[in-house]
Amino acid sequence: MCLGIPGKVIELNKNEQWAIIESFGVRNKILTMLVDEDFDIGDYLMVHAGYAIGKIDIEQAQQTLQILKKISEPEQE
Amino acid sequence: MNSKETGDVILLAHGDGGLLTHQLIEKYFLPQFKNRFLETLTDSATFPSKSGKMAITTDSFVVDPIFFPGGDIGKLAVCGTVNDLAVSGAKPLYLTASFIIEEGFPLSDLKKIVISMAKTCREINLPIIAGDTKVVGKGQADKIYITTTGVGYILDEARLGYNRIKPGDSVIVNGTIGNHGLSILVERESFRFDTAIISDCAPLNGIIQKLLKRFEGIKFMRDLTRGGLATNAKEIAVAAGFDIWLDETDIPIKKEVKGITEMLGLDPLYLANEGTFLTVVSNKDAEGVIQLLKKHPLGKDSAIIGRVSKGKGDGDVFLKTQLGGSRRLSMLTGAPLPRIC
Amino acid sequence: MELDKKLLKKVIELSKRVTEKKGRKIYLMEVCGTHTTAISKSGLRSLISDTIELRSGPGCPVCVTDQSHVDKIIALARQHPVVIATFGDMVRVPGTHSSLERERARGAQVEIFYSPHEAILFAKKNPRKEIVFLGIGFETTAPAIAMSIADAHNQGIKNYSVVALHKSVPPVMRALLDDEDLHVDGFMLPGHVCTITGRKIFDFISSEYSIPAVIAGFETTDILQAIYLLLEQFFSGRVQTINAYTRLVHEEGNGKAKKIINEFFETVDTAWRGFGFIPDSGFCLKPDYAYYNAEKRFSVEVGESSMPEGCSCGDVLRGKMKPFHCPLFGKTCTPANPVGPCMVSSEGACAAYYNYSDW
Repeated sequence: MCLGIPGKVIELNKNEQWAIIESFGVRNKILTMLVDEDFDIGDYLMVHAGYAIGKIDIEQAQQTLQILKKISEPEQE
Repeated sequence: MNSKETGDVILLAHGDGGLLTHQLIEKYFLPQFKNRFLETLTDSATFPSKSGKMAITTDSFVVDPIFFPGGDIGKLAVCGTVNDLAVSGAKPLYLTASFIIEEGFPLSDLKKIVISMAKTCREINLPIIAGDTKVVGKGQADKIYITTTGVGYILDEARLGYNRIKPGDSVIVNGTIGNHGLSILVERESFRFDTAIISDCAPLNGIIQKLLKRFEGIKFMRDLTRGGLATNAKEIAVAAGFDIWLDETDIPIKKEVKGITEMLGLDPLYLANEGTFLTVVSNKDAEGVIQLLKKHPLGKDSAIIGRVSKGKGDGDVFLKTQLGGSRRLSMLTGAPLPRIC
Repeated sequence: MELDKKLLKKVIELSKRVTEKKGRKIYLMEVCGTHTTAISKSGLRSLISDTIELRSGPGCPVCVTDQSHVDKIIALARQHPVVIATFGDMVRVPGTHSSLERERARGAQVEIFYSPHEAILFAKKNPRKEIVFLGIGFETTAPAIAMSIADAHNQGIKNYSVVALHKSVPPVMRALLDDEDLHVDGFMLPGHVCTITGRKIFDFISSEYSIPAVIAGFETTDILQAIYLLLEQFFSGRVQTINAYTRLVHEEGNGKAKKIINEFFETVDTAWRGFGFIPDSGFCLKPDYAYYNAEKRFSVEVGESSMPEGCSCGDVLRGKMKPFHCPLFGKTCTPANPVGPCMVSSEGACAAYYNYSDW
């Protein structure tokens, strides 16, 4: 029920507060009035039940991946 | 009334066997289905008997919506029955089609459906030799229902049966899964995905006949319609009394189908297909079957997706997940999508 | 996927060292139903079961809906000519006497929607029909339902109302932690609830109850990372509420969404299946939106609510019992004929265990 799917903003209408996002090659119109940070075309949003609930911080995502790669290297331990 | 007034929708009178019924047959059905069996317009079609084993199957089609990306209820009504014959090792010979139509159904839609049925039949030169049309009052049916019956004869080379399935056999599918079930869901306006997920609806008799004629090791076949890959694999495992292990990484699935099913919390392994079949093949013939399938337009995404194993005999189906874990697949319970075929 | 397999190896190695140190198996609870499904789908549960037992908690919104509320919804569908608009899973949940699925077969109108916004578009397109949206879910979903009410309000859509059954996660975490005989060594917290609420609000788990907690995303990598960070805490002895879903979750969460929840809802005591009443754990529509409150707009008579003999969904939701310890599991209660909601909902623990596990 907390199913959320990440999508890249490819079209944006700021005053009507909707966006077209693309996830896995699939386009979908979603509503953006619940997003607390500013975002623009090219940014990634997390969508739940047709509404974007947050902007995905791509640097954080990459940082996490780096940390995890370090953790999972055998000689690291 | 000239045909203009009656021309646009089906009336109750179209079903009463009188003038309007004849006009309907002459104007809509005969021009499309014309063949020597049908033209006699007698009460039943007659055809020469054939030695050897025959096959007969029947299916009714109530798909909603009746038009969807990649097909419509007419094409589906032909492919569904043809594929049932094909996976039983039969070469289709004749088809019958009966229609139940709701009063007020647009004749232009009927025309589109009948043209689509005839086109599919011509592609595999399969004549519709008998038919019937009934009309019911507004609201007593949802637009149109089609029932088709197919007659065929069992190919000499076909030796299919649960009893031929043995541990070590390979499990093969001819293409990506989940396309049809999802194309129906996406077509319904309550979901706003503006991308075309195309139904895989297609007649499989040609490709299956090629396989049967070439490979002795084809043990069993099943078209993966209602319940999808998982449900049908489970039915086969239980009937054969062996386990089936599928490998998630090998199961072909389109990126968009994987994406949308994840978005909606649906499992693509349980979505219906209408142009995808599963076949259990002896290990030695498996690679050959794949080579042949890959050369055919309806087999370009074919893959070996698993194997039969002894198990405890109660017919379990397991999926080896990408992470290396395993999960048990049981039959679909509670249709996730109403009226998908 | 390579990273996941390497991470898995690391998790198993570290879990062995922790179990040696503790002298017993490790019990973790994933609170969110979406985590339960993701874990089962990946086959992770079977891969780490020697050292770690993953227990599902009260995280499936359909399952935690109290039987009395389920019966009210079914009565509404039967006693009023409304269109029940709902997310998928609610349709098959068995009430005391019937279900929406059975009422639909008897002529009730039930429509499944992916988003409340689509229910609003449906209401606009069918002005002569009365649309009632079943507002279930936690902090993740409540703002979406609130927005649908705002749309109805701004566009003067009269034929739309909501059964507001939304629930808040922090209070049920307290109810879990206050239960002495619940043995959980660490919690995996719901990433998307925390996207709205923020991390800080869950500090009490580690600071007041000294139990490690980690906020997790929903990819396999995220889940493995969260388990790893929990194991590290057991080993180091440092007890914290860590945010491991930093790409989406912040300290204070989503201010806009929280403001909207506070604007449309007020917290009330509400009943959870298996827990009974939990103080301040429910979101009820505020009086100035009473017009859109289906419970005010439609009166329904409901008899005594009860669960079938032997159904232990309550204990499963409280993490006290694993699904296959329930007497009905796999026998009279299967996905084909589910007895309790935990077997009905695709995110329910029983459905996840039955469908996806080597029980």
